[in-house]
Amino acid sequence: MTAPKTLYDKIWNAHLVDEQPDGTSLIYIDRHLVHEVTSPQAFEGLRMSGRRPRAPEKTIAVPDHNVPTTEGRDEHIENEESRIQVEALDRNAREFGIHYYPVSDVRQGIVHIIGPEQGWTLPGMTIVCGDSHTATHGAFGALAHGIGTSEVEHVLATQTLIQRKGKNMKVEITGKLPPWVTAKDITLSVIGATGTAGGTGHVIEYCGEAIRELSMEGRMTVCNMAIEGGARAGLIAPDEKTFEYVKGRPHAPKGAAWEAALAYWQTLKSDEGAHWDKVVTLRAEDIEPVVTWGTSPEDVLPITGEVPAPESFSGGKVGAAKRSLEYMGLQPGTKLTEIPIDAVFIGSCTNGRIEDLRAAAAVLKGRKLAPGVRGMVVPGSGLVRAQAEEEGLAQIFIDAGFEWRLAGCSMCLAMNPDQLAPGERCAATSNRNFEGRQGRGGRTHLMSPAMAAAAGVTGQLTDVRELMGETV
Amino acid sequence: MEKFTTLTGIAAPLPLVNIDTDMIIPKQYLKTIQRTGLGKGLFDEMRYDDKGNEIADFVLNQPAYRQAEILVAGDNFGCGSSREHAPWALMDFGIRCVISTSFADIFYNNCFKNGILPVVLPQDAVDYLMEDARRGANARIAVDLEAQTVTASDGTAFHFEIDAFKKHCLLNGLDDIALTLEKVSAIDTFETRTKTLYPWV
Repeated sequence: MTAPKTLYDKIWNAHLVDEQPDGTSLIYIDRHLVHEVTSPQAFEGLRMSGRRPRAPEKTIAVPDHNVPTTEGRDEHIENEESRIQVEALDRNAREFGIHYYPVSDVRQGIVHIIGPEQGWTLPGMTIVCGDSHTATHGAFGALAHGIGTSEVEHVLATQTLIQRKGKNMKVEITGKLPPWVTAKDITLSVIGATGTAGGTGHVIEYCGEAIRELSMEGRMTVCNMAIEGGARAGLIAPDEKTFEYVKGRPHAPKGAAWEAALAYWQTLKSDEGAHWDKVVTLRAEDIEPVVTWGTSPEDVLPITGEVPAPESFSGGKVGAAKRSLEYMGLQPGTKLTEIPIDAVFIGSCTNGRIEDLRAAAAVLKGRKLAPGVRGMVVPGSGLVRAQAEEEGLAQIFIDAGFEWRLAGCSMCLAMNPDQLAPGERCAATSNRNFEGRQGRGGRTHLMSPAMAAAAGVTGQLTDVRELMGETV
Repeated sequence: MEKFTTLTGIAAPLPLVNIDTDMIIPKQYLKTIQRTGLGKGLFDEMRYDDKGNEIADFVLNQPAYRQAEILVAGDNFGCGSSREHAPWALMDFGIRCVISTSFADIFYNNCFKNGILPVVLPQDAVDYLMEDARRGANARIAVDLEAQTVTASDGTAFHFEIDAFKKHCLLNGLDDIALTLEKVSAIDTFETRTKTLYPWV
């Protein structure tokens, strides 16, 4: 009998092309996702060395990072550098015969949203992209992680990646989530518990009742932020929900191939007695709606808390917290619910899916943005946008005073015109609260879509449970 | 790729934890379609004010550190995005080696593709070198990849660990892709085998 294996071990073994005695391995890549910002130099490298992509049929390209989210972008992109990057992607995709979703295509959207949406993302696969939030696809039981541009070129040329196997980390969320506590609160709370380097060198498998109970959208939110905990990849074993989500998608297997795939996918789970290098367990009942107060995703607290004093930390974190509070313009001891906001951003590969928009709309229905607060909803894909319009969600956002935008990464990283002004404070559903992330001097508080909507309504960070009349 | 063998140079102290890739090179510089020329944007928001003037306090703006070739930084250096623009910017500025207690995985990997050596040392060694680095041009730190040592200006040497394959590639300036293509028959075999096993992929 072979030794019990984790899901990560199994996917790794199934993709091992070559392994050297020192552990340096060559891993086969099943899907390569490409966007406009981290790929031009890789394609240029191919050209200069006279190489061609080895498997263009396994490569999918879409512009998302720097595209404007306003109408007319398929005709003309104002910013010259952005336009050049998008045109370069367009040219590269066509020249090398890569699947491509241009901005004019309704299926265009954030790369990590359209991969699953179009059925490119399947259980048991290896998936890479020149973007750290590739971890998102781990929600399907795929080994998915971000790579640099040199590696993008390497994958294009060889369809493999040079890797060493990482360690196995289990993050178990036991029990049931309380009302208004979401996947975002889980993933932020895990980072709060482990720190932004807690997962470094590891692949995380998320498990436990609360994870099983999540929808596929929620699971993608959890895995998306594995990287914020330092782990390159996060995984969730596929189950009936996964198969149900995948079935019938444009690039999912059909007929006999579906049956064969399903039989294989059902074996994709960690064995009883598998070895874990690190285990973290949280009780779902202990998780509350959370927000970040600082400039690292680990700076997370329940909304019922107060801005911490830097001295309450130790080591280098004391100085980091001091710097964070200065940047964020916050005083220790201030109640989090007393922090006023100027903007709300709902979107990103973390929370730009239909379920996220439903959650935000449920809070906003019949309510309006507080005076002086600007709000922006950026659906994760053209199809999410269309569905939200069909379900009447778009109208709820518009009635509440939000701008209803076209799909893209938008204000999550503010490469396009969607940016915060210096000092502006934003309730954001994205994944990073780094200094300057949403615009130079901009101040980001990360939270769930429902929490961001609630903050928009009151004009300050808000416990969504109170706004919605839930007794805490 | 440029080789990395030995380096003796000025080290700039950057005693901040969790220096992320947005800090190293902010988004506005990611719109380039080239690998070069990013040195001007290195640590942009810490280095320049809103009007683009240098912030005198920032370490790389101080005369003693303008020629720095080594960075000594706090824990978890390079966390955040996968942008290879971060090592490109360091390289373009002239930084060939970063020393910290820990690095984020993707950044760490990206360094090796660009001739930059990230050195992991225990906290006390990093603290020692950080103090040394504060002495500016008076303290030149020596890095020897072959010997796997970092030597402070007073001769105190610290040994560091490094993956043998990564070390080999960096010492010889090897191109990963060419190395992998030597194994093309193994890739062919893999593809043939998995086409039968997993035809839906």
